[in-house]
Amino acid sequence: MKRVMVTFSDILMPTKAGLYCPPGDFYIDPTRQVDRAVVTHGHADHARAGHGAVLATRQTLAIMGSRYGANFTPAQQTAALGERHKIGDATVWLAPAGHVLGSAQAVIEAKGVRIVVSGDYKRRRDPTCARFEPVPCDVFVTEATFALPVFRHPDDTGEVAKALHMLEVFPERCVLLGAYSLGKAQRLIGLAREAGHDAPIYLHGAVEKLCTLYETLGVRLGDLRPVMKAEKDEMRGHLIVAPPQSLNDKWSRRLPDPVAAFASGWMRVRARARQRGVELPLIISDHADWDELTTTIEELRPEEVWVTHGREDALVHWAGTQGINARPLSLVGYDEEGGDHG
Amino acid sequence: MNRFAALLDRLAYASGRNDKLALIKDHFATVSDPDRGYALAALTGGLDFKHAKPALIRGLVEERTDPVLFRLSYDYVGDMAETISLLWPAKHGVNRVPELTEIVETLRETSKSDMPGLIAGWLDALDENGRWALIKLITGGLRIGVSSRLAKTALAQYGDLDLKEVEEIWHGLEAPYIDLFAWADGTGPRPEPDIAAPFRPVMLAHPVEDADFAKLSPADFRAEWKWDGVRVQAVAAGGERRLYSRTGEDMTGTFPDLIEAMNFDAAIDGELLVVRDGQVAPFGDLQKRLNRKTTSKKLLNEFPAAIRAYDLLFESGEDLRILPFDERRKRLENWVERLNHPRISLSPLIDFQSFDDLDRIRNDPAAQSIEGVMLKRGDSVYEAGRPKGPWFKWKRDPYLVDAVLLYAQRGHGKRSSFYSDYTFGVWRDGELVPVGKAYFGFTDAELKQIDKFVRDNTEDSFGPVRQVTHEPDHGLVFEVAFEGLNRSTRHKSGLAMRFPRIHRIRWDKPPHEADKIEALESLLPA
Repeated sequence: MKRVMVTFSDILMPTKAGLYCPPGDFYIDPTRQVDRAVVTHGHADHARAGHGAVLATRQTLAIMGSRYGANFTPAQQTAALGERHKIGDATVWLAPAGHVLGSAQAVIEAKGVRIVVSGDYKRRRDPTCARFEPVPCDVFVTEATFALPVFRHPDDTGEVAKALHMLEVFPERCVLLGAYSLGKAQRLIGLAREAGHDAPIYLHGAVEKLCTLYETLGVRLGDLRPVMKAEKDEMRGHLIVAPPQSLNDKWSRRLPDPVAAFASGWMRVRARARQRGVELPLIISDHADWDELTTTIEELRPEEVWVTHGREDALVHWAGTQGINARPLSLVGYDEEGGDHG
Repeated sequence: MNRFAALLDRLAYASGRNDKLALIKDHFATVSDPDRGYALAALTGGLDFKHAKPALIRGLVEERTDPVLFRLSYDYVGDMAETISLLWPAKHGVNRVPELTEIVETLRETSKSDMPGLIAGWLDALDENGRWALIKLITGGLRIGVSSRLAKTALAQYGDLDLKEVEEIWHGLEAPYIDLFAWADGTGPRPEPDIAAPFRPVMLAHPVEDADFAKLSPADFRAEWKWDGVRVQAVAAGGERRLYSRTGEDMTGTFPDLIEAMNFDAAIDGELLVVRDGQVAPFGDLQKRLNRKTTSKKLLNEFPAAIRAYDLLFESGEDLRILPFDERRKRLENWVERLNHPRISLSPLIDFQSFDDLDRIRNDPAAQSIEGVMLKRGDSVYEAGRPKGPWFKWKRDPYLVDAVLLYAQRGHGKRSSFYSDYTFGVWRDGELVPVGKAYFGFTDAELKQIDKFVRDNTEDSFGPVRQVTHEPDHGLVFEVAFEGLNRSTRHKSGLAMRFPRIHRIRWDKPPHEADKIEALESLLPA
């Protein structure tokens, strides 16, 4: 009976600046400058500079500080996972989302209602960040980057093994692994280390910067070296990690006959892999695949599912066939394709 | 099946010929009989399962998936085999993963009514890659950028065999090619299949270089037209009739009209053409007849196939290849006359006194569908391969057009950091319309310069494609060489160029001085 008087959109509503919580007067991952923001994770389309105040995990604040400078907001508020923060008439706490280091789901409680904004998430283990924890709720706001049943990501250790195998097959070449600089790159390095690969890994400057930050936040990544300071010959038979746009960039001309690899959920679709001129597609994503998205919703069985950026149609349709109320939110300003960090 | 699926997957992503050869050779070396033999059969298009059709597989997946999700998925992925392989609800562990041999042999024996259950069981047992490979295999046409000849080349390289010999016996062999692999492995003799109408490896010519003429005497050579069609070998003997491409592909099924005409006991070398009322039609007409599994009556009537004969290799069981050209030619002329069939005519010899003479004739040929002339020594035997000296080809000079660079796309493999594929256009009513695409004809140094121009003059980019500035006074003009023009509905300009390449880069020329579309339209076949 407690919810009779409350509609969910009194607690959280889509606006042009992103999801807004009226009782707490704050936004989640706002796409425009606002007075108060709760930020789920450090990717640039979710974590922007210039807000009046930002609440996020310690790691997310550090990532934002590294990208935008220490003064990206006048008021930083660190929220440990599970720690409850009263903002206006709402309570906010963060639960791990398993997407990248520091990523969190925002849990909002007000007027007896609990809404969970997952941000971007994945369910599987990642050596570089805390694993997703399901939080029972009335409304679950889910991402939908890979919300089509053709997207089923395989086991990531098998994919990384393909890249390591290439190094053995082509000892005179190198494997240039295109991976989003924040999260994917470190996860791949972590997985390679777990697979017993302890040789030096060479990095593009953009990746190096974030790896250094991960190290200071306690994530061990082993022997890393900058490409800029390496001789061409010493990189033969080695792994190079660089942002995806460097794969076909002039930058790659300094490398010894690179095998172009790209780690992304999009690599599941052959045409997408070929379009990018990828020789070795690796299907590794930091986003939930179709099975993760649907089992999470089945597990939580919320009263409503709100679907943000991605392929909303399919997920909304699927929820309907399961008797779960779902609607698309049509938020703008997020990278619908999951961009290169897909 | 997993090994075969992995091979197809890696071939689909490999960009260079050598990489593909290496992958196929590795497969032959590490996979045992008969699986590797069926893999070779699949790569050479030698497997056909008449009861397993795309519609059947589509029906299976529709029974198992939500129609809305299927449609949304197909819209996104764009390829049916791939959509189905990704969408199929996996049931790992319920079935054993079948080997390629089991799949091929079972498909051949299974009746139409048992087919759906059989294929569904396999799809359950396989993973995404395996399902993709299975669907590709049973619906025919792998489309992974591997020609039948490339697969045979890989086999020849693997066994250190002569490709010509492999081609010669190929049509008498059957999957899974146990004898052939035994020969390649050195554990068996060369198979000697009993073929009534076998393919004989063809004789090819080098292009003639300017420096060659000083060493050649016109009196030693005969000249004939080089027709713009498809070089073929037509063989009929012992009740069998076959039409082969110059690489030994069997095209018999595609040209029933010609096969009917082959009422003889001989092997001839000639050009396959579409001929109406004695007039050779443009190459585009012949293209409509190529690569078809079935040919409709309408197509047969509208695009009648014919052969212009160049050479006679066998006559009534007698091997003429060891005779000099002049003698073979006499035999050919008599033979064509006796055959007296409208679809098989003699390609005439050209009278000439000097090479200058021939040069004029070459550039003003008797018909539009002639791409140049052939020079053949009168004493030349018919020798398989491309021997240097006895035969030369002397193509007519290419057509040239000044066109403006419109779009540039990144290349593949070693060229992946360079914009190396160019779309160019000419003027029509004050606007530049695209007329073709070229990705070679320039040196590595020129590529670097063009790449820099593209990067410095990008107006917009769409994925791997950049739109390059092309204003009347600012842009890059290419002198494009090409072999001919056809009408096309695929291009906005209505034209399609044959074999276009960058001939020269006109850094000196402003785009407004590039050619107009009228210059090209005047070259179109009537």
